[in-house]
Amino acid sequence: MPEIGKVARKVRSKNAGPFWLTIDIFCGDPKAFAQISQGLSTDRVATALEADASTIKRFDIAQLNVIKISLPRPVVQGHASDRDMHGAAWASVIAELEIN
Amino acid sequence: MTRILIPSGALGLDYDKAALARGVAMKPDLIAIDGGSTDSGPSYLGRGVSKYARSSTKKEWKGLIEAARAAGCPLVIGTAGTCGTDSTVDWLLDITRECLAELGHSARIATLKCEQDADVIAAALDTGRLSPLPAAPEIDAQTITGCEHIVALAGAEQIMAALETGADIVIAGRTTDTAIIAALPLDRGDHAGGAWHGAKIGECGALCASNPQSGVLMVEFDAKGFTVNPLAETAKATPETVFAHMLYENSDPFVLHEPGGYLDVTNAEYQALDDTRVRVEGSAWHVADTYAVKLEGARIAGYQTVLMATVRDRHYVANAQAWVDDILVKHAAKVADRMGLQAEDYSVELRLVGMDSTLGTLEQGDVTPNEAGVLCIVTAADQQTANEIGKLMNPYLLHHPLTREEEQPTFSFPFSPAEIDRGAAYEFCLHHVLRLDDPMDAFRLGVIDA
Repeated sequence: MPEIGKVARKVRSKNAGPFWLTIDIFCGDPKAFAQISQGLSTDRVATALEADASTIKRFDIAQLNVIKISLPRPVVQGHASDRDMHGAAWASVIAELEIN
Repeated sequence: MTRILIPSGALGLDYDKAALARGVAMKPDLIAIDGGSTDSGPSYLGRGVSKYARSSTKKEWKGLIEAARAAGCPLVIGTAGTCGTDSTVDWLLDITRECLAELGHSARIATLKCEQDADVIAAALDTGRLSPLPAAPEIDAQTITGCEHIVALAGAEQIMAALETGADIVIAGRTTDTAIIAALPLDRGDHAGGAWHGAKIGECGALCASNPQSGVLMVEFDAKGFTVNPLAETAKATPETVFAHMLYENSDPFVLHEPGGYLDVTNAEYQALDDTRVRVEGSAWHVADTYAVKLEGARIAGYQTVLMATVRDRHYVANAQAWVDDILVKHAAKVADRMGLQAEDYSVELRLVGMDSTLGTLEQGDVTPNEAGVLCIVTAADQQTANEIGKLMNPYLLHHPLTREEEQPTFSFPFSPAEIDRGAAYEFCLHHVLRLDDPMDAFRLGVIDA
């Protein structure tokens, strides 16, 4: 199956404050939205991000053809072990997942 | 109707001057611009300094002082100088005085200071006035008193108090992004849900439209809702671009917490008025039982020294992870032997740039690159110790062989000395709200006629 990043128009990630991270999947059209919404379980997102699925907030917004995924940052922004100050690269982890 | 003109997402990012002039000609009631955020990390709050260059800040601010004078309306900045400490309010006040002197103008300036006394906040923890937000770290009194700076995020009430001084220019310390835009419409009795929602949509300027870099945006508030009007020639707002801005840097696209309540946009309706403007109605503001403001604090987490080396030898690139793992073991033994320090006294990381330095264990790619960068990050209790630990790393990054049998290799250093002292490393340590009896309790207002 294709990667999410090949089907969606854009995947972006950013901090939502220093303690949260948010990933927006802009699917582009209703067909891609349905395909990704059904083909990407929150459990798979949790596994790919090494996160606890119960902490993930997910919003499938048909009106915008957008899937939004928010989770507590694995390390607080700017902590000595933080590798990504603005949370830019988590989008790539999701974009490179295959749609089931 | 209340018209708020927003020149850009932040002072320091520049704005489209022609679009700003168009906005001024529309007679705005207020010009509002944001001066910062936590997004560039804890160092700015930790040090109480601005991220943006003083020269950019001054040039843009001077243009806005002139624009507000031409429009005959107040100019408000929130989160002055990136972090909104007292020191950055004073920094922008100095810049403002310079601008006024160079322009030959006088103005009434209100300053809103938002910095908190750590002892007062520690006492508030004791009396149960502090509450953690979701994903907040555990804190105690020592966490609070260990902060270099603590700021409280002002809301609409404190901005309105600053405007009521009759100020031409309001320089506010830390505020919510939305408060500087929502304050005046709320005070005038425009729709409360619309005021907060329109403020959220407008807080990054034209980021809610096409051509987001164009910056300049007018938001018009009234009794039923608000209208978004991007002013650059090529910028167009559509119901999708406006709604989509609720996603931006926001963990929940429907709910936004502010001092005194929360905004719910679940039932908002977005309608295109023409091909550039969007009308929004139906957002709801819910008043909270108590008035609380969010706190941000940053403390020193140690001092850092970094080294950078690059590895081009194919054999070493292919075995880079094993190579750095071996170095870390040998370096730790040397630090223990030479300095008497154990693992809990410091931290050292060797991140492989080009391989997994961005994602760490989340990295799934397995392409072997031409070269690998080795970024060494040492964090210790003081700078001298971090530098010494870095010096003990230096010979490994220069000459460490994968096996004892092979000839001594040499790797590439871009700098001499290889050790770069980074100074203090800071960390955010508060994600809490402080309950107030009166909105002004944690804030100080000053008026200067300059």
